[in-house]
Amino acid sequence: MASPLRVSTVPGGALEDALSTGLARPPSMRQRLVNKTFLTVCQSFAWLMALLVAAIVLQIAVQATPAVKQYGVDFLTGTTWDANTKQYSILPEIWGTLYSSVLALMLGSAFGIAAAVFLAEGFLAQAIFVTLRALKLQYKPLWQRLPDRAEHALRNLIELLAAIPSVVYGLWGIFVVIPAIRPLCNQLNEDFGWISFFATPLSGPGMLPAVIVLSIMLLPTITALSRDALTSVPSKLRMAAYGMGATRWETILAVSVPTAARGIFGAIVIAFGRALGETMALAMLVGNANRISVSLFSPANTLAALLANSFPEAGPKEVGVLMYAALVLLAITMLVNVFGSLLLTRASRHLEGAR
Amino acid sequence: MQQASEPVSLASAPIQQRSDMVIDCNIQELHYGNFHAVRDTHIPIQKRTITAFIGPSGCGKSTVLRCLNRMNDLVRGFRFKGYVRYRGKDIYDRSIDPVAVRRYIGMVFQQPNPFAMTIYNNVAFGLRLNGYAGNRAERVEDALRRAALWDEVKDKLNKSGLSLSGGQQQRLCIARAIATEPEVLLMDEPCSALDPIATRKIEELMLELKERYTIAIVTHNLQQAARVADKTGFLYVDTAKGGRTGYLVEFGDTQEIFRSPREKATQQYISGEFS
Amino acid sequence: MLVDEGSGAHERPSAQALDPFAGIDLQALEKSLLRPRSLFNAAASGLVSLMTCLALVPLFSVIWMLLSHGGKRLSLTLFTELPPAPLEAGGGFGNAILGTLLIVGLATLIALPFGVLTAVFLSQAEHDNRLAQGVRFAAKVLTGFPSILAGVFAYGSVVLLTGGFSAVAGAIALSILMLPTITLTSEDAIRMVPAKMHEAAVGMGATPTQTVWTVLLPTAVPGIATGAMLAIARAAGETAPLLFTALFSNYWLASHGHIDVMRPTASLAVLIYNFAGVPFDNQLELAWAAALVLVLLVLTTNIIGQVLSSRRLEH
Repeated sequence: MASPLRVSTVPGGALEDALSTGLARPPSMRQRLVNKTFLTVCQSFAWLMALLVAAIVLQIAVQATPAVKQYGVDFLTGTTWDANTKQYSILPEIWGTLYSSVLALMLGSAFGIAAAVFLAEGFLAQAIFVTLRALKLQYKPLWQRLPDRAEHALRNLIELLAAIPSVVYGLWGIFVVIPAIRPLCNQLNEDFGWISFFATPLSGPGMLPAVIVLSIMLLPTITALSRDALTSVPSKLRMAAYGMGATRWETILAVSVPTAARGIFGAIVIAFGRALGETMALAMLVGNANRISVSLFSPANTLAALLANSFPEAGPKEVGVLMYAALVLLAITMLVNVFGSLLLTRASRHLEGAR
Repeated sequence: MQQASEPVSLASAPIQQRSDMVIDCNIQELHYGNFHAVRDTHIPIQKRTITAFIGPSGCGKSTVLRCLNRMNDLVRGFRFKGYVRYRGKDIYDRSIDPVAVRRYIGMVFQQPNPFAMTIYNNVAFGLRLNGYAGNRAERVEDALRRAALWDEVKDKLNKSGLSLSGGQQQRLCIARAIATEPEVLLMDEPCSALDPIATRKIEELMLELKERYTIAIVTHNLQQAARVADKTGFLYVDTAKGGRTGYLVEFGDTQEIFRSPREKATQQYISGEFS
Repeated sequence: MLVDEGSGAHERPSAQALDPFAGIDLQALEKSLLRPRSLFNAAASGLVSLMTCLALVPLFSVIWMLLSHGGKRLSLTLFTELPPAPLEAGGGFGNAILGTLLIVGLATLIALPFGVLTAVFLSQAEHDNRLAQGVRFAAKVLTGFPSILAGVFAYGSVVLLTGGFSAVAGAIALSILMLPTITLTSEDAIRMVPAKMHEAAVGMGATPTQTVWTVLLPTAVPGIATGAMLAIARAAGETAPLLFTALFSNYWLASHGHIDVMRPTASLAVLIYNFAGVPFDNQLELAWAAALVLVLLVLTTNIIGQVLSSRRLEH
């Protein structure tokens, strides 16, 4: 049947013959024209939006093509980046991107999921309520809403972590994180240098400070999405566990988390995608050294940081190579992002049967 | 199985009656996707009368009403076989613009739905839409008076329409609908969300509006139909073949339908409600 | 298992043997931390609480550093002076503040109409409309897009085409990042307009365009504004896309009475990045001050957005 989007172009004059009732008039020529035009404009913008993604991918691919032809797959497997000899390769950057993202993801997920569980279970509200009850204040009007307000405030605080621009995190990393961890890291390097993770000293920027700051940046995303996943576990499932005498944590670990697992996993994948694309904090903290090393204290480089540092002063030849690197970054992040959002969609469908 | 009763035969009706017919609605088949919603419903609606559709819930009364101004077009999968002739013109014809139809056939909905605008702008909405070049304030006052709302809102025309009570909001919606003086006013259970006092006010309003407008109303309240309607159509549900298809059982003068219905289903329904 | 008392058995076996539940240790009902399950429960709760607290430490640390290091330099000169050269004393970043406002403003000018009109299309389109599905998918893909690649795209299309760095190129890069947020939140806001209001407008014979402009958009404005604020807040803090599109400048925007948007333009974010790595104290202090101003700007925009969204819920 006709949709509201399609308006007949024949004037309603077919009706006018027999009518002259009251003040009603069929849509005027102008109204019809405006309607048609506006709907077409909206549709055009929608097309533009859909094509924008394609345009971005195409543009980067096209600009990368000369470099791809020239350097081929060696670009991805070599380890030197020398503008003078025109030897370009990005394996250290690929390594750095993946290594830093995986480490940051592990750290960020641990704390992020812990915070999500803390929020979803309402520990803070409960603790405040118990305290109020001890003081016999729990039902007084002034204090009554404190537990809920506190939970709300806590959620906002964690979201505030996401509001801080990444360049500010980079600045903070340089002046707080690096000085704070340097003594400990150098100690670890002295005492346990035989373990590959501690094999080099920390002279300043390096993998670990970057990973720490990156994990802080990922945390709000992981917490928010995981909390959503946990709170959408139908309470009747948890009640079933409690009813059988499970402790709170037995319920969390045996019922809540497994049921929310797909959503939590989706959250982690999305955070992984963000980590791969994160630029500033890494550019300022990772050391920008074209080195592959497993040591946590070694300087390294990432694709995004490479682009950030090299692009501004790049000559035309180097731009082509950087476009190739950008293409690689694009491919990796797109893959991960699409995978992550598919996971999240499937996760929410999976829960529908339990409701 | 129940047979659809013979509708008021148009051919045998006196000529006077026929030219008084504003809407000739003949629904042969109506589907929403695979759901067969209505069949064999032929209802004539006459000028300056109140026609009521009654019947149990789910019998398609609202669906039939919404056919009269093509509101069903908004539902996905809507398919229709038959015709709805407004003054002789089939409004489902391909050449007809549904937007134009709705300017001539107004509708008041079950839930009051004023816009998030001032009371004045709510009532003036239709006037602006139809490009009325005259004195808008005058027409707004006129419509609010006819909707019996003027005295209550004349000092606060700039307040939001949403700030009124339920009954007032519904009267506002009526004022909005009649401001452009459509020939026909469709009302889909207009009082079901209202308290008894507001309901009575709106029923009085309907009887007044009848002087100028033709009204078709869906109601599940039999007493209301008996009070206000000139003609009544009783729809029922056909559950043969496992579906729930509505159809017109009987149509005629309200007094006849209530006192001496011809069909057994009608009699059962009415006595069941009254007992 | 009940004992049949009327069985007439002469020998009454001891209650213990016949009642399987007699051996229950009622002491076990009492709370005790010594039991492994309770101990684990308490320990896990404690661990999770500790970890959540630790997660907030960076937030407070950052705020502390901003206030102490940045607050030191807060004064009017920040807004009126230009960035100092190395080893120079004093100075400010007035041009960077203006630059951020200009670039973000331009980006909003591009992304807001684009996003809202696309959202109108998405909200009015049929459920199975292929284009709508494609657009939503594109928006979701763009949501997680690395910000530096937006800069790369703007570099390739605008900078190379126009032959130089400019505020416009930076604005285009930022608008790509703002677009998905604005589109998706605006679509949500339009869909949240009560269906009955939409029905009322259609029932009065309004064309789809009239329904959108007289009923849907005005009612959805708070929701759209919230989404826009969030997008603006995010864009204001972005550095990577500006590094090689708007680049940087040590001069004021306006010269000879008009603003040139086609020149390299300073911005707070790039200023912080540039000054963060230098060994000069003056510039480091300015970096912190700029960070403080930037965070205040971002937070204010965020808060305005949140206030707008809670106002909407009152309806």
